[in-house]
Amino acid sequence: MNGNHIHLTLNIWRQETPSSKGNFEEYKQNVSPDASILEILDEINNHLEAEGKRPIAFESDCREGICGTCGLVINGHPHGPLPKTATCQLHMRNFNDGETLYIEPFRAAAFPVIKDLIVDRSGFDKIQQAGGYVSFNTGSAPDANNILIPKQIADLALDAAECIGCGACVAACKNSSAMLFVAAKVSQFALLPQGQSERYERVQAMVKVMDENLFGSCTNTYACEAECPKGISVSNIARMNREYIVAQLKTEELAH
Amino acid sequence: MGWFTTFTRSSIGKKFIMALTGSLLMIFLIIHFIGNMMLYFGPKAFDTYVDTLETIKPLIRVIEVLLALIFIFHIYNGLKLWYENKKANPKKYAVNGSRENTDIYSRTMAITGVTIFVFLIIHLSTFWATFNFGVHPNTEYPYYTIVTHWFQNPFYSLIYIIGMIVLGYHLNHAFESAFQTFGWNHKRYTPLIKKIGTIYALILAIGFASIPIYFFLMGGK
Ligand code: HEM
Ligand code: SF4
Ligand code: FES
Repeated sequence: MNGNHIHLTLNIWRQETPSSKGNFEEYKQNVSPDASILEILDEINNHLEAEGKRPIAFESDCREGICGTCGLVINGHPHGPLPKTATCQLHMRNFNDGETLYIEPFRAAAFPVIKDLIVDRSGFDKIQQAGGYVSFNTGSAPDANNILIPKQIADLALDAAECIGCGACVAACKNSSAMLFVAAKVSQFALLPQGQSERYERVQAMVKVMDENLFGSCTNTYACEAECPKGISVSNIARMNREYIVAQLKTEELAH
Repeated sequence: MGWFTTFTRSSIGKKFIMALTGSLLMIFLIIHFIGNMMLYFGPKAFDTYVDTLETIKPLIRVIEVLLALIFIFHIYNGLKLWYENKKANPKKYAVNGSRENTDIYSRTMAITGVTIFVFLIIHLSTFWATFNFGVHPNTEYPYYTIVTHWFQNPFYSLIYIIGMIVLGYHLNHAFESAFQTFGWNHKRYTPLIKKIGTIYALILAIGFASIPIYFFLMGGK
């Protein structure tokens, strides 16, 4: 252990069950500036377990900013105060000695707390199942670059495809709107030739499921874009609005 | 459900109605603004303008009904969205980060909207009611006299000034937001649209508010 540790006061949300009230518990911790916030939680959990107490429940998987499971709200910011950074990539060197942090779960009616910092994000799965796919015939692998896609279009589609489905956009939004997430998924396919066959049914189906799952609507405050760890642009939301409006004119009714 | 009902009940459809009605209201405000500016050209100019409107009264009545409907749709939908969005987000964070990730104009649309609604009621029940159904003062230019008379009251003038500041806040976000809702977002033009929206909001808010200030300072002349 070297001497450049910083001292932090961590107020962490503890909630035993989905229906229990929950409250902040304070943990005073000396941390290495090189540790990530999840590693600090691991450390606290080691202490808690050693004392025979219940460890803090939180989610993580890849710990390299690509799987989207690790979202926490740190001092009012989903994935913490650093822009374009997932919680697992947030290191303690971004905080000052003596600072107090509030760590809490995503809060939205659509994302109920399961335990401590873990929320149920199955609303996103339902939206994805409604249209976040493309249909194609199986068989022998097609030749690479068989379908020509202009570079600019490919870039836009790949920018949208960067979305890791973490839900920070919902957590950041004062309306708990899922528009940025859904817009990213809709855009990614609407832009590419492979997505054309289901293009207008997709946007209608995904918006329908989004509306049914307690997500709010968009007031264009753009908190989502500011907090998104992948910097997904709100221009995707405009594209989805466009797609949705055009879909009304193209298809009389949603084909079931 | 037909596609139209599906659309108007969807989150995007409701926003589309907000943007459409809001845009129509923004166009109306420009016309209203130009009319008000006649006050600065003296009693004769203003009363001639109002008298001209009187000669096309049937048309004005039709427009008034349309305007009322547009307002009702906008307000009803706005309050509905506000309620639904509150329900979607019932719990607040211990630390509020919204100051760092949003601007105040977009965050306060519902509260500025409701304030404008209160102002609208005051405005209609005084000016509009007096112009249309009130006893007109027995002067050469009655409409001009009514305006200068009302704005001698400091409280009444203050309500107007506050109302216009709040309107400016609403419009500053509304202008740009309507473009986004219609699906018009562009790398190059969106920053320009935001600037135009701010200029629009500033001109309208300052221009409208200048009237009660000017006539209050003039002491009823
Ligand atoms: C002259 C008056 C008004 C004008 C020109 C106006 C214009 C607009 C415009 C253009 C929008 C943006 C729509 C969008 O985001 O796509 C908007 C949003 C909104 N307006 Fe108004 N408005 C006016 C009065 C009112 C009033 C009286 C209310 C009363 C409740 C109101 C409530 C709202 C709300 C709540 C929103 C945000 C909706 C949302 O994004 O969730 N507005 N307004
Ligand atoms: S849009 Fe951004 S914040 Fe929202 S789910 Fe995708 S990666 Fe997360
Ligand atoms: S743990 Fe996978 S993104 Fe953070």
